[in-house]
Amino acid sequence: MFSIGLGHYLTLAAIIFTIGVVGIFLNRKNVIVILMSIELILLAVNINLVAFSIFINDLSGQIFTLFILTVAAAEAAIGLAIIVVYFRNSNTIRVEEIKNLKG
Amino acid sequence: MIAHSVFFYIFSLIAIVSAVMVTVSKNTVHSVFFLILDFISISCLFIMIGAEFLGMIMLIVYVGAVAVLFLFVVMMLNVAEQKGQWFSSRWDGGTHIPVGLLVSLIIFFELIVVIGGWKYKPDLLNSLSINISTEVTNTRSIGNVLYTDYIHLFQISGMILLVAMIGAIVLTYRERAGVKRQSYVKQISRERDEGVDLVEAERNKGVKIDV
Repeated sequence: MFSIGLGHYLTLAAIIFTIGVVGIFLNRKNVIVILMSIELILLAVNINLVAFSIFINDLSGQIFTLFILTVAAAEAAIGLAIIVVYFRNSNTIRVEEIKNLKG
Repeated sequence: MIAHSVFFYIFSLIAIVSAVMVTVSKNTVHSVFFLILDFISISCLFIMIGAEFLGMIMLIVYVGAVAVLFLFVVMMLNVAEQKGQWFSSRWDGGTHIPVGLLVSLIIFFELIVVIGGWKYKPDLLNSLSINISTEVTNTRSIGNVLYTDYIHLFQISGMILLVAMIGAIVLTYRERAGVKRQSYVKQISRERDEGVDLVEAERNKGVKIDV
């Protein structure tokens, strides 16, 4: 209980990952919250990588976390640009009204 | 050791609660604020565990850039009208909520089972190549590895950022009508004859100018 090990960090990452997945599944509000949930999932992955890197004593995990950070920033920029363009075209970003693909 | 665990529990509690608030809060601006709180507490955890450089980079990149970008887009788009909606679906009777919760619970329990039953092989530690040395700082050791062993990946990630930047600009660029703008070609290729007109002025009559 009082000594924090690898399992604690992995459990925290699992909880945050699940919250992100719940946010994607249950969201009917707007697409921006879905992008934020994706950021949460990437954050959980980063927690996993850093925890393994520290507890196994290997630096590669932190390097990969840096690359994941890069890709997450690029993804956020592109996703928000797509949302802006979509809002400009159809004047809404509600999830339930984005149904052009009949999904 | 006690203080370490106490701080771990505090920060992870804040992180979990704010992650929940990101998904359930009715106002999108509040979601962005809770996302910022989440990133900050996780970066505190990173600093506590010994990855200082990544914690600081998380602060700079996520809080300083990504969250502000989210905030900017939320303010730019008119999403304030959707404040009152909370997981509500207008057409179907809301069957996605129990199904989504069930699937997420299953995912969570699978992850917990994997974590609980996970063990690494004892010869894994010998097979690792890049060990964390305790003599130099975290930033320095990351730099030592990142600019030597991972230099190609580093440059490729720079290319990814460049492509993302160009893509975002190309996606959101729009040509507006009626905007006055300089044309260098027109300015430079202007001859003297079209700009200047010499008129003979008669005495006491002046010159009538009509363009």
